[in-house]
Amino acid sequence: MLSRTADNLFWLARYMERAESMARILEAGYRLAAMGSEAGGGGTEWHSTIIAAGCEQGFYEKHRTASAEAAIDYLARDPDNPSSILSCVQIARRNGRAVRTALTADMWDAVNGTWLQARGFGAQDFTPDGVRRVLDWVKERSLLFTGCVGSTMMRNDAYWFTRLGTFVERADNTARILDVKYNVLLPTSETVGGGLDYVQWTAVLRAVSAARAYHWIYKREVKPWLVAELLILKPEMPRSLAACFIEITRALELLAAAYGRQGEADRVAGQIHARLRFTRIDDIFQMGLHEFLTEFIDSNIRLGAEISKQYLT
Amino acid sequence: MVQAFDEMGDGAGSRAPYAAIREWLASTPPEVFARKRREAEMLFRRIGITFAVYGEGGDPERLIPFDIIPRVLDAGEWQFLARGLEQRARALNAFIRDVYHAGEIIKAGRIPSELVLRNESFLPAMKGFAPAGGVYTHVAGIDVVRVAENEFYVLEDNCRTPSGVSYMLEGREVMMRLFPDLFARYRVRPVSRYPEALLETLRSVAPPACKGEPTAVLLTPGPYNSAYYEHSFLADEMGVELVEGPDLFVEDEIVFMRTTQGPRRVDVVYRRIDDAFLDPTVFRPESVLGVPGLMRAYRAGTVTLANAVGAGIADDKAVYIHVPEMVRFYLGEEPILKNVPTWSCARHDERAYVLEHLDELVVKDVHGSGGYGMLVGPHATTSERSQFAAKIAAAPDRYIAQPTLALSTCPTFVEEGVAPRHVDLRPYVLVGADRVRIVPGGLTRVALRDGSLVVNSSQGGGTKDTWVLEG
Repeated sequence: MLSRTADNLFWLARYMERAESMARILEAGYRLAAMGSEAGGGGTEWHSTIIAAGCEQGFYEKHRTASAEAAIDYLARDPDNPSSILSCVQIARRNGRAVRTALTADMWDAVNGTWLQARGFGAQDFTPDGVRRVLDWVKERSLLFTGCVGSTMMRNDAYWFTRLGTFVERADNTARILDVKYNVLLPTSETVGGGLDYVQWTAVLRAVSAARAYHWIYKREVKPWLVAELLILKPEMPRSLAACFIEITRALELLAAAYGRQGEADRVAGQIHARLRFTRIDDIFQMGLHEFLTEFIDSNIRLGAEISKQYLT
Repeated sequence: MVQAFDEMGDGAGSRAPYAAIREWLASTPPEVFARKRREAEMLFRRIGITFAVYGEGGDPERLIPFDIIPRVLDAGEWQFLARGLEQRARALNAFIRDVYHAGEIIKAGRIPSELVLRNESFLPAMKGFAPAGGVYTHVAGIDVVRVAENEFYVLEDNCRTPSGVSYMLEGREVMMRLFPDLFARYRVRPVSRYPEALLETLRSVAPPACKGEPTAVLLTPGPYNSAYYEHSFLADEMGVELVEGPDLFVEDEIVFMRTTQGPRRVDVVYRRIDDAFLDPTVFRPESVLGVPGLMRAYRAGTVTLANAVGAGIADDKAVYIHVPEMVRFYLGEEPILKNVPTWSCARHDERAYVLEHLDELVVKDVHGSGGYGMLVGPHATTSERSQFAAKIAAAPDRYIAQPTLALSTCPTFVEEGVAPRHVDLRPYVLVGADRVRIVPGGLTRVALRDGSLVVNSSQGGGTKDTWVLEG
């Protein structure tokens, strides 16, 4: 297939997933902010949300401080932010439209319908109160899209490039959400492992729809290293880094089999995957969770670049 | 103005091809038609056939209105047209080949040399170059109008990148879905073979360097082009890649496309972008739609472009006047299809006539298309006519004039019910290295406004399915 077609499919999937990620990151910010104010301290929740979204530079060029209103506006609505929810929807649709005949009718309806509905939003939809509905809606639309991909696409190279986009983006997102917690400062009165620390980790779990999974697997109170283990290393957890890399390496293997060749992307993916399979959570905490996540995000970005070089240009 | 010829026949005297249509119109309850018309519109929207209209504000993605009453041609009428179209397409190709080589027709004094050599559609880059199979206009859209039972005229030849064939194909699909009963009363020749015929044509002109199965692609300007739907539709139906400029690159004078499996050689490019944008190293340097080096590869004979670069020299409205002469000169035959009598404003005596008779004539810009930049004299106001007279005086070379033809009418659904509306016909003539292929039918365009003679979709025109009956 044309490299451009594969590229459009890859980015269509990435931007649909990113829209959902932004919604989840904003939700995590909400939960943290709600707790922070109760505890009378903090105030860094929205700042950390901006950092987790990877939007720090652009945000502070426009806003002096990270208020709830400013953060919501920048991450959900602002057309100047290429990763805002509305921008993601727009870019996803543009990529979809460019390869319309490569999409199934259901996929196109999912993407185009999302865009049409997003066009109908107004200022009242992006107030701190109103935006919750938008966040739920975005998650629904993204689930609809991935559902259409899974249920209606032929299992050929087009499908595997689409899946690659979804999971490269999702891995990035999970790592960033986990990192939100690193940037939220505990008030001086609180201790690591104390009550507020606990509710903050719970907020992270809920943001990736993993609270019930946690209790199902660990059957005990929320512990930071177990939350990290669940979201990094547990293949059963569908948004974990390990689960994403099972999908990524599988897609790459099937492409390599179909095309009869492998390249740097396969090597980088295999390397990351091996690390996720054979590292223990103790090692990660020893190294520092934040350092581990930063390194992961960087290598995941490198993987995206290698996929692009190998297939998409 | 004379009464227009109605193809169904007026009053009691129904013409034979329309007998069942007339009966169908009379016996079908209005609410059924109303429902079917809504369904037709819904189908078109779902398919996504829209086109862009510029400069009028509003939603740029518009649906071309589709009229559900078919336009019918019987076997004899079509046979006559098809013979005339093939003859004309052959003559046009011979003419283009000639003007880029020896220029025999000019030497013989049958066409003024400045009309060709000083024409902006004449591309010196093509001089002395022989495209594969000697074919220049692989897809010609030859617009035909009818004014009487046995009187057809060619209105213009489109030799560059004629569009609209997707409406012909989708219109038929929609009609077959909505009115299977009506199809049962006629034996309508199918048009669905068009994409296959186009692919056969493209393959027949693969460059000699191509030894195996030729790889053809369709080159589009991209999703923002008004005909993008048609491009993706045809690529899909032919099973070829729909490429944009950046998908192709040239190395060692060979054209490749970038695929997920690495570079793949391309033999034939069915291009739907204009000459000027094809290759920024030769034509417009700012073009991002084209492929740098494409012309070099073309001239090296490693790739075929369809239609050929420079084919536009044959569809210039001032060159049009000479097409009957081309038929006689190159084929030694009498033209089967007539030209509309045409006055050239470049000639002093003819210009004087045109200016005196502006209220009877249609005046066209020789470089215009899509119904823009023309004057329909009888329908224009005095001030519009005098404004146009000034334009002609300022640049006489740019204008030609023709009598206002009473285009034939066909029954058409309009607000008040069924009424006659003027139509034209664009059949698509495919010229390969092996033979000429014409799918029976074409695109019938209809002027939906009462009395209007302008059928262009950008000017309130619609389309109809065109039925050619089996003999």
